[in-house]
This record gives sequence, structure tokens and C-alpha cells, in this order.
Amino acid sequence: MIKQYIISLLCGIVFGLGLAISEMVNPIKVKSFLDITGNWDPSLILVMISSITFTFISLNLFIKRLKKPIFSPKFYLPLNSKVDLKLIFGSTLFGIGWGLVGFCPGPSLAALSDGNLNTIYFVLSMIFGILAYRVTQKVK
Amino acid sequence: MDNFTPFTAIIGGLLIGLSIVSLLYFNGRVAGISGVLGGLLSSSPDNEFWRVYFVIGIMIGSFFCLILNSNITISFDVNIPLLIIGGFLTGFGTQLGSGCTSGHGVFGVAFLSYRSIVATIIFLIFGVITVFIQRNLF
Repeated sequence: MIKQYIISLLCGIVFGLGLAISEMVNPIKVKSFLDITGNWDPSLILVMISSITFTFISLNLFIKRLKKPIFSPKFYLPLNSKVDLKLIFGSTLFGIGWGLVGFCPGPSLAALSDGNLNTIYFVLSMIFGILAYRVTQKVK
Repeated sequence: MDNFTPFTAIIGGLLIGLSIVSLLYFNGRVAGISGVLGGLLSSSPDNEFWRVYFVIGIMIGSFFCLILNSNITISFDVNIPLLIIGGFLTGFGTQLGSGCTSGHGVFGVAFLSYRSIVATIIFLIFGVITVFIQRNLF
């Protein structure tokens, strides 16, 4: 168990470093990527391409050969593979929120380390959004 | 394109990939941030404490990078009401759509998941449309 926690912490640190070095923690930078008709900054596409390529190659080289993870009894992978209205509508809402501010969940958490009040407003509203979704699920 | 930073973008992407792959290789877990946050805020008791360490790690990693490189800034072009609306939509939308830029956009796409590829295309399109409307119609 303690090994899993150390791995989680280290992976978080590397993730946070990656988000900060690539400046994905800066909402203005992300918005200038989404602003394809303005002064376009293609940096984020390179972040996505390099992270996807690295993950894709490692998956096929190392992970698919594993029967189970090193410190854990099994892989916890999402099983749902169908495209439904929840996926489409949820991704639409997220896209609008992402475009409005320039934060997605990971960078907003990483940016908390800077102590900017705007980031705190964003993260608190995001948590409220997550909890609001939970409530709608319980009502059903 | 005078603000294009290809070198740090590629390095950052590789680090994000390394983190995603290591978490899966050692712990069997998906480094999707909206999933991690959703799990943290749910009441299911099954060994969820790793998520706390992961989130703290993200802040530590980013903290050191921001301290060492003062060129990296965090700046906004929206007011507080829009920040709150954007945050709410991001929280609600990523739970409804089961993922964000990390879980769908990197992990799912690298896994060649049809579902994640569709989600990624949708939030990219709506991100672009939203910025376009904001910057050109207001």
C-alpha cells in the first residue's frame, strides 16, 4: 500500500512538472491555442501529440505484456466503450467551460500552487460542479 | 504564432505521458484528473487514498517548476462570474462526460478508445467556438 502511495505522489509530481513546463497552467496560453483565427499558438497540440505518442508506445511495448500492475492486484480501466448522449453533452459543457476560462481540471490544480485567487474561485466552482453532478445522479 | 513554445511543449507532454504510463504500470490506475477528483469527492471507500497523494504531487511538481522558472505566469482574461461559470461547467461536464483532457484527451486517445476520441474532438471544437465567440463577438 505504501508503495502505491509513493508512486502516486511521484507520478503527481511528474504530471505537475509537465503541466507547468509546457505552460498549460497558464489559461491565457491555453486560450491562445483555442483561438485558431487569432494570434494562434499551436504549443498545446505538441503537448498532446508528445504525451499521446509516449503513452501509446509505452502501452504497446510494456503494459500490454503485463498480467497485472507491479504494486496492485489488477488494472482499473474504464469498461464503458459506447458513445452516448451523456458523453456528448458532458464533453460539450466541458469544452465551453474550458474555452471560457482556459483551465482544464489538471492545470487548475497545478496552478493552485501559485496561490492566485482566480484559480481558487475556479477550483471551488469546479468542485461545486462535480458535487452538483453527484446530486443529480442520486435524485434519479 | 509569436508565442509558440515547441521545445517546452514537447518536454511537458513527455513528462505527462511518463506520469500516465508509470501510474498504470505500477498501480494499474488511470491518471485522468477529472476521474481522480470525482473519486476524491465520492464516498466509495475502496482504497481511494492514492488520489490525495496524486493531487498533492501535482501541486508540488508545479510549485517547483514555477519557482525555478519565473517566466511561467498564470494569467486570466475573464472576470470572476465567468471564472465561476467556467469552473462549474468544467466540474459538471467532466463528470457527465466521464473525462477531460487527460483521461479522454491523452489516455483514451492513446488507448485508441473510440469514446475518448469522440469526446476529445467535441471539447476541442466547443473550446474553439467559445473562444471565438468571446474574442470576436463581444
